[in-house]
Amino acid sequence: MSYYVQGVLIMAMINAISVVGLSVFTGFTGLMSLGHAAFIAIGAYTAAILTKLYGFPFVPSVVLAGIMAGMVSLVIGIPTLRAKLRSDYFTIATLGFGEAMRVLLENLPITQGARGLPGLTPYSTLPVVFIFFVLVTFVAKNFVFSRYGRMAIAVREDFVAAEMAGINLFNVRLRSLFFSAVCAGIGGAFQAHYITYIQPNMFTNVQSTLLTASVVAGGMGSLTGPIIAALVFAAIPEVLRVANMWRLVAYGGILVAIMVFRPQGIFGYKELTFKGIYRGYKHLAAKVTGQGGAK
Amino acid sequence: MQMLMQTIVTGLAVGGIYALMAVGYSLIFSILNFSNFAYGGIIMLGSYMGFYALTLLHVPFAAALALSMLGAAALSFLNERIAYSSLRKRHAPSLYFMISAMGTSIFLENMVYATLGSSYNAYPEIFGQSSISLFGSTIGKLDLFAIIFSLIAIYIMNYFIQHTRTGIAIRAASYDSEVSQINGVNLSAVIGLVFILAGLLAGVSGVFLGMKYMAYPTMGWITNKAYISAVIGGLGSLPGAVVGGLILGVLESLVSVYVSSLLRDVFSFTFLIVLLLVMPSGLFGKYLEEKV
Repeated sequence: MSYYVQGVLIMAMINAISVVGLSVFTGFTGLMSLGHAAFIAIGAYTAAILTKLYGFPFVPSVVLAGIMAGMVSLVIGIPTLRAKLRSDYFTIATLGFGEAMRVLLENLPITQGARGLPGLTPYSTLPVVFIFFVLVTFVAKNFVFSRYGRMAIAVREDFVAAEMAGINLFNVRLRSLFFSAVCAGIGGAFQAHYITYIQPNMFTNVQSTLLTASVVAGGMGSLTGPIIAALVFAAIPEVLRVANMWRLVAYGGILVAIMVFRPQGIFGYKELTFKGIYRGYKHLAAKVTGQGGAK
Repeated sequence: MQMLMQTIVTGLAVGGIYALMAVGYSLIFSILNFSNFAYGGIIMLGSYMGFYALTLLHVPFAAALALSMLGAAALSFLNERIAYSSLRKRHAPSLYFMISAMGTSIFLENMVYATLGSSYNAYPEIFGQSSISLFGSTIGKLDLFAIIFSLIAIYIMNYFIQHTRTGIAIRAASYDSEVSQINGVNLSAVIGLVFILAGLLAGVSGVFLGMKYMAYPTMGWITNKAYISAVIGGLGSLPGAVVGGLILGVLESLVSVYVSSLLRDVFSFTFLIVLLLVMPSGLFGKYLEEKV
C-alpha cells in the first residue's frame, strides 16, 4: 500500500473513532454537542504531554488520554445532564464548554499556549489505529445492542415516556456522553501522533460540527452509517483534490440538504452488516446473470 | 474610582452591540424555540456588505448602513425559507433545526473564506479616533454612536412588537404558534417577518462590529456573546436580551481590567454554563419544558 493511501486511511479511521463515539451520544440519545472538539483536544494534549514530556509508551498514553477525556466529560456532564436542561440549552452549554476549554489550552503553561506542542513522534501507524478502530466499534456495537442501548433509543424517541417507563434519563445520557468522550479522547491521541503537532486552534467548534455532520449524514441511530460517512468525508477531498475551504462549504450545504430532504440520514436506522452485503451481492448477482435465484 | 467608571463605560459600549445581536437572536428563539447558529454568518455578511458599500460604491455612511441592513434582512429571510421552513412544516425536533443552522453557518463562513479570502478588512474612518469625555471618563465617538443607535433600533423594534397589529401577531405566535394560527395569524408570513427584523438588526451589528474590529470571515464567532447575553436576560425575552447584553459587556470589561484579559472569554463561557444550571430562565425569561 502506498504511503499516501495509507495516510488517508489512517486519518479516515482516526476520524471514524471519534464519530463512532459521537454517534452513540447524538445518534442514540438525541442530544447535540458542539463541544466534542474539546474532548478531542483533551485526548490529544494528554497523550502528547505523556509521550513527549514524560516519555510514556504510546498505547498506554492513548488509553489514558481516553480516560482523561472521559473524566472531564463527567465534570461537564454531571451538572448539565442532572439539571435536565432542554436540548437546545444543553447544546449552548456544550458550546460554552468547548470554547472555554480552548481558551484554557491557549493560556495554560503545560500546553505551551497558542504555540502548541510541536515535534511529536509519529506513533499512529496503520495497524495500531486499525486495532483501536475495530475495538471501539466493537464496544460501541455491544453498547448499542445492550439493554443500555435500547434505553438510550427510548430516551431519544420520547424522553418523557422513557422516564415514565422507569428509565433513569441522567444515567443513560451520562453513560453515552462518557463513552463518546472516551472515543473522542482516543481519536485525539491518535490525531496528535499522526500530524505530530497540536495547537489549541485546531480544536474549534467547526470540528465539533463536522463530527456531528458525519453522524447526521450517516444516519442518527445507526453505527455503520456514521462510520461510512466519516470514512467518505475524510477520503473525498483527497480524491477530488479540492481546497480545504470548499470542502467545508460542501459540508455546510450537505448538512442543510440532509435536514431538509432526508433527516434520517443516508442509512436511517439501518445497519450495514456482512450478512446484508452478502444478501445484496447475491441479489445483484442473480439480476446480472438473469437467473433470478434470489426470488 | 476613575478607572472603575472608565471600565464600566467601555463595557457598556461593547454591551450595546452584544444587546443588538442578542435581540435579533432572541427574537428568532422566541418564535421558533431553537438556537439559530446561522445568525453569526448573517451578521458577518452584513458587515462585508457595509464594507464593500463604503469602499467600492463610495456611498455615504447612512446609505451603507441601510444597504447592509436590507442585504442582511434578505439573507436572513432566505435562510429561513431554505433551511428551516420545511423542517417547521414537518414539526421536526429542535435538534434538526440546530443542525441545519450549524450547516448554514459553516456554509456562509467558508463561502466567504473561499471567495473573498481570509483577510481582515478595515472599515474606512468615519468617526475618526476622536473621543469625548462623559462623567469624567472618555468614550470614543464611534462607541457612543453605536450604543445610542443600538438602543434606538432596539426601542423601535420593541415599539413595533408591542404596539402594532403585526407585532401582536408575532407575540401571539411566539406564545403558542398553533393557537395563533387558529385565530387567523399567517404563521409563515409572521416567521418570515421575524427573520427579516432579525436580519435588519444583524446588518446594524455587522456594520458596528466591522467598524470596531474589522470585517473577516470568522467574525460570526462573536455571536457566542449574543447567546450568552440572551441567556442572562432569559432566552426569548427582548428586554432581557438588552439588559443581558449590557450586563455581559460590563462584566467582561471588569474581568479583563481587574482579573486578566486572557481569562475574559473563559469567564464568559463558564458564566454561561453556571447560569444555565442555576437559572435557565435568566432574568426575564420563561423556561418552558421541552415539548416532545
